[in-house]
Amino acid sequence: MLEIRNLHAGVDGVEILKGIDLTINAGEVHAIMGPNGSGKSTLAQVLAGHPAYGVSEGSVVYEGRNLLELEPEERACAGVFMAFQYPVEIHGITNAYFLRAAVNAKRRCQDLEELDPIDFMEVLEQKLDVIGWTDSLMERPVNHGFSGGEKKRNEILQMAVLEPKLAVLDETDSGLDIDALKAVAEAVNTLRRPDNASLVVTHYQRLLNFIVPDFVHVLARGRIAKSGGKELAHELESKGYDWIKEPAGVV
Amino acid sequence: MTKALDLKDKYVSDFEVFSANGGSSVPQWLQDLREQGIQCFRDVGFPTKRDERWRFTSMSRVTGTKFALANGERPSVSVAEVRQHVLVTGSNQLLVFINGRYSQDLSSTSGVPEGVIACGLREITKRGLDIVEHHLGKYAKPSDSPFTALSTAFVADGAFLYVPRDTIMGDPIQLLFLTASGGRPVVTHPRNLIYMESGAAASVVESHIGLVEDTYWTNSVTEAVVRDNARLHVYRVQRESEQANHTATTQSHQSRDSSFALTTVELGSALSRHDINAVLGGEGADCSLYGLTQIQGNQHVDHHTTIEHVKPHCNSWEFFNGIYDEKSRGVFTGRIVVRQGAQRTDSKQTNNNLLLSEGARADSQPQLEIYADDVRCTHGATLGPIDDNALFYLQTRGIEADVARSLLTYGFGVEILNKIVVPELRQLLDELVHARLDEGAERRVKS
Repeated sequence: MLEIRNLHAGVDGVEILKGIDLTINAGEVHAIMGPNGSGKSTLAQVLAGHPAYGVSEGSVVYEGRNLLELEPEERACAGVFMAFQYPVEIHGITNAYFLRAAVNAKRRCQDLEELDPIDFMEVLEQKLDVIGWTDSLMERPVNHGFSGGEKKRNEILQMAVLEPKLAVLDETDSGLDIDALKAVAEAVNTLRRPDNASLVVTHYQRLLNFIVPDFVHVLARGRIAKSGGKELAHELESKGYDWIKEPAGVV
Repeated sequence: MTKALDLKDKYVSDFEVFSANGGSSVPQWLQDLREQGIQCFRDVGFPTKRDERWRFTSMSRVTGTKFALANGERPSVSVAEVRQHVLVTGSNQLLVFINGRYSQDLSSTSGVPEGVIACGLREITKRGLDIVEHHLGKYAKPSDSPFTALSTAFVADGAFLYVPRDTIMGDPIQLLFLTASGGRPVVTHPRNLIYMESGAAASVVESHIGLVEDTYWTNSVTEAVVRDNARLHVYRVQRESEQANHTATTQSHQSRDSSFALTTVELGSALSRHDINAVLGGEGADCSLYGLTQIQGNQHVDHHTTIEHVKPHCNSWEFFNGIYDEKSRGVFTGRIVVRQGAQRTDSKQTNNNLLLSEGARADSQPQLEIYADDVRCTHGATLGPIDDNALFYLQTRGIEADVARSLLTYGFGVEILNKIVVPELRQLLDELVHARLDEGAERRVKS
């Protein structure tokens, strides 16, 4: 589904990613871990197409297409989704209006008829049922005055409604209490299917107790320093990141 | 300067003619009020940018043109034309003013509840109602501003609304001001007085609309008295000709446990200056001011607001958004005064400005004057183009960049429109905001 080869990228002329190689197949959950400043979020932003990040070398092929050539909205239509670490507050626009605009944008590029508000509410309610939430946030402006937990839940709700093929979760666990963390993780697990894949970016092993990854990669100084199965996450939890950093310099 | 001085003299001599013409038919108290007005204007003249309260707004469009008092000659307006400009249909609570003068023929007041008085100010002055004499000009004083002084000097007509004790008006009452110059530029001075007795409730839709695209000047003053436990929501829609000038004062005075809200939407005129002065004069009163400005071209809109907390336990909430395209310019001043003894004041002020082009400009200045020690006053202002992060966020959800831009701009407007609880008015303004967004987007595509 996704093939990243020798990816070098940065912001404001400073190189942050220094040669990432990563292959993700349908049905897989990959976790990217690493200390602060290792480039985890940069990788997520580059995949989503943030204009501030420049790619200087390497390639990203998504479902046979050059992902890096696509606008952010084209990536979304092709099935790439990023749950933001810091979801953005939007003035005035209600969550319901925003979600419908997003769903209809996707339907437009799939040549499907757009949903009117009534049809959309039906779709929305089904999704809310699936992830077991109420619609209390629907009539409030997007992320405006939401608590940290509400913002992260809202990201997952958008993911549920948009049904991406590749979901990138950028530090979705940061700042969440344990109940909110469980709720978010359960939702992610419910949405897991053999034909989609997830890339979970996190600083802490805790999230991976709830979203169990198939592969864990440790990022250090802009490169993947170590890859392994879910047990690698536990090793990191007990030993910290310091033992990883050393070999990264050698690679 | 000499020019402005000359024109000051022109209005003073216009007053002498005006006063001589109508002198015999108006009561002495009104004649005295007018004299006070012209006295004040004669003393201070028009403001210049050297005056602190006017430093961001040049009034030269007003002070540099000779506007004749719109007196006798008025454009003829048909019922069908009025219907086009009515914002809320079917309530039969409509007062229509053509060039500032009440038109009984075009108005309909059959839906007004028993005991409520809704009519032209000229008419009620003739009938000699005490309440008019006791309250007109007592809140918006000639000394407050040269424009209020002129309004007071030339006070003749406008809307009068009296809602008796515990009377609830279900449907909004509309004050529709239609203006056109015809041959030469005219000035109108519509003067409104709204008096809400204890426990009364009403909403008022005051709209100012240009009949044709020509140059004129509307100088309007609205005084609203909201007694104990009364509730008043004034919606104000300014859609003057884009060559017109609009100066206005909305002055409210609230008593105990009352609630006053003003939602003002500015779309029209070349130059608009709206002074909003709200006095919280009784304990437990609540005041909300909401404003939306959406302008383009060389339009200029200045909101100068003062909220005065005189008594304890009052809340004020102020929320102004501006959307500025092309070379338009917005000014917002939010002055909050908390008087000594006005403890437990809770006041919040927000002013957000969205600049859609590099030539657009906005100035925002909060002014807090606090003389009590147990208060909460917060204020915040933002200024800038569409937020790149918000744009990216929407794009990652599949929304195309230009649609996302328009959605974010619309959100700015809708934040204020959401305060409108009259569905028909909300819908109409929503359409106007959308139309202007589309216009702007089209122009951008062309250029």
